[in-house]
Amino acid sequence: MSIHPILQIEGLSLAAKSKETLVNNVSFSLGKGESLGLVGESGSGKSLTLRAILGLLPRGVTQTGGMIKSGASSAMVFQDPRGALDPLCPVVNQLAEVVYYRQQVNRKASRIIALELLERLGLPDSLKRSDRYPSQLSGGQCQRVVIAMALACKPGILLCDEPTTALDVTVQRQIIDTITDLQHELGFAMVFVTHNLAIAANLCSRLYVMKAGRIVEHGDTLDLLQNPTDPYTQMLIDSVLPVPELEGSGA
Amino acid sequence: MDMALQVHNLTVRYGGFTALDKLSLNLEQHTTLGLVGESGSGKSTLARVIAGLIAPDEGKILLGSQELRKKRSLYQHKQIQMIFQNPDASLNPKHSIRQILSEALLFHNIVSRSQVEKRCQELLALVQLEARSLDKYPHEFSGGQRQRIAIARSLSVEPSLLIADEPTSALDVSVQRSVLELFNTLKAELHLSLLFISHDLGVIHAISDTVAVMRQGKLVEKSSKDQFFIRPEHEYSRELLSAVPKMPKTSTTRRLL
Amino acid sequence: MNDIRLDPPLQEGGKTAGSLRRIWNTPSLLVGSMMFAVLIILAVFIPYLSPYEPSGQNLSAFLQPPSAAHWLGTDQLGRDLFTRLIYAARTDLKIMVLAEIIPFCTGVFLGMLAGYYGKWIDTVITLLTDTLIAFPFYLIVIIVAFASGAGERGIYITFMLVGWIVFARVVRGLSASFREQEWVASAQTLGLPGVRIILRHLLPNVLPQAVVVLMTDMIGLLVAIVTLGYLGIGIAPPTPDWGTMIADGQPFITTAWWLSAVPGFAVVYTGIALSLVGDGLADIWRKK
Repeated sequence: MSIHPILQIEGLSLAAKSKETLVNNVSFSLGKGESLGLVGESGSGKSLTLRAILGLLPRGVTQTGGMIKSGASSAMVFQDPRGALDPLCPVVNQLAEVVYYRQQVNRKASRIIALELLERLGLPDSLKRSDRYPSQLSGGQCQRVVIAMALACKPGILLCDEPTTALDVTVQRQIIDTITDLQHELGFAMVFVTHNLAIAANLCSRLYVMKAGRIVEHGDTLDLLQNPTDPYTQMLIDSVLPVPELEGSGA
Repeated sequence: MDMALQVHNLTVRYGGFTALDKLSLNLEQHTTLGLVGESGSGKSTLARVIAGLIAPDEGKILLGSQELRKKRSLYQHKQIQMIFQNPDASLNPKHSIRQILSEALLFHNIVSRSQVEKRCQELLALVQLEARSLDKYPHEFSGGQRQRIAIARSLSVEPSLLIADEPTSALDVSVQRSVLELFNTLKAELHLSLLFISHDLGVIHAISDTVAVMRQGKLVEKSSKDQFFIRPEHEYSRELLSAVPKMPKTSTTRRLL
Repeated sequence: MNDIRLDPPLQEGGKTAGSLRRIWNTPSLLVGSMMFAVLIILAVFIPYLSPYEPSGQNLSAFLQPPSAAHWLGTDQLGRDLFTRLIYAARTDLKIMVLAEIIPFCTGVFLGMLAGYYGKWIDTVITLLTDTLIAFPFYLIVIIVAFASGAGERGIYITFMLVGWIVFARVVRGLSASFREQEWVASAQTLGLPGVRIILRHLLPNVLPQAVVVLMTDMIGLLVAIVTLGYLGIGIAPPTPDWGTMIADGQPFITTAWWLSAVPGFAVVYTGIALSLVGDGLADIWRKK
């Protein structure tokens, strides 16, 4: 499948201080430019796994086993875009700051690169002219800024932790489209964590289903959805509430 | 068909912001109206106005044939109950489930004092929880169970109209399904009318008879479920529907509910 | 069905066992309450523990250093310092507790009213607290003390006037945030009247925080009582009080420094005990 994995996780186990196992023996590998979906409900350990890859485990959680081998830098997009931005700093400055430190260019160049990134993510020109703070932007716009910040790190791997859960459906669709386009263009690999099976199925070529800290099933997206072997996967598939096809929709 | 609820020209302003803009909407008796809209569309404000938590600036609300004025009678209060989104915040953390369920029963003298215990157990049975839950406290339950307790509490005053404001949004998908099933069962058993608010069109499809779409404080469309999902009238409804992430077509996706 | 699996595995031993375990696991609360308990036990049983009277003078044995007969020595009138110290604790702690009762109740109640109802009630109460807080506390005490005569009464009156503010402010903020919680909204939709929501729903939720504030506030009050005694407008002699004891010992600070230092230490000791209790309670309630 992936001959030259840029991210390899083997037997990853995470535990809380109270010795409670949170993630148990999780293994997967990610090829260059590949998208992998981690799907599960709350408490399944999917977000913790993601944080372990980034090396940002919450306090009180430690890695008790396994290893993470990464051949590329990674950056993360969080669930709550407003929480991921400094409310007292104009968004352009925040982005320029990341460019300045991660791309090793001077201040002036970093601002130009930042503005280019924002434009690429479809943010309005008004950002260039006046300083805008996160509170003045919509949730969707904030998430675009957060994605821009992640891309400013020129990541080989983009880690997405439920990036559209807090957003409206129409905005969610736009953000997903944006991520897909950027991935085609920039060729980064992606680990996408979500509880929404439909989103994961649309974005990812392989799915890993997690439950209570373990991977219960994994496989190619279509295969997995068509022939789930684990009852939990089946239950998740059944839980997706269908919406009928629109009449005359080209899609 | 008789109307359970009629709303005429309802307007709510917060400072300079108009949350509800001359909104009119009817809910037929014993049916479920699914209310859809994105954040800021005013759907939660509408729910709170109908539940009597916010006083409207203009407009009229009719419950059956009675007009609901700013000061509602106890009877009118009891008729409309509301279920909230966040199961973590909807139960008083310092009260046991017995206290939570019996409070309104005792206050409104709905059953005699000696019958309260029995009634509490019946309420728990209605929402498919065990009777021994009565002595526990809210933090001992999962989100889905807490939402069931909130439903049982709202049913304690025997309402005719139930407003549910995103009651399943904070729940896991597997739990969401069982809570939706519970709403459908209760509606049929207790002859309730239901105003069900959600941003999730899959949820709306699973529960509604009629669908209303709101945007920026106004009603965009109101159609029967089948018409809305297959031939929506309004361009915005079409936009919402086409934005829903869909599962790749497989033979195993079954129709539910 | 699947709901059950999310049950948090907490609180197996029931509510009381759980609370006991939490208290045991909070050392600051344990140490603080033990320190405070020692003081209370001494204060209650001092008539049986000490052969001396608090005001019993013995001019043949004045300014004695600590010895087996007089654990902490004697003062300039030959009174046993330890006995006086504990009798003073009786006076000071009694006033401290009594003076807090009414302000605590009014403050919590007014705070809940302001936070829950908002609008004009909130405006009035906030205006009142903001105005009163602008007056220096000691200025009011001194005015009241001169108006009503020195002694306990001045402290009670002053504290009734201004002591409630700190509780009202804290509780107002808490109530305003609880008001936005959905359990308050659902109590309203159930048709319960405001007073009932305040007493049955808000009160148990604001009380823990208010009690923590009470602990710190009592320390401030104790210091005020002692300061007033020291200044000579608080507890009138011969009733023993830490403040007057410090003042009385002052002339002998070079020869018998313990006369002032020991009651000073008693104030610090009580302050530490109360703040440990407050910290511990805050810890317990935060963890919950």
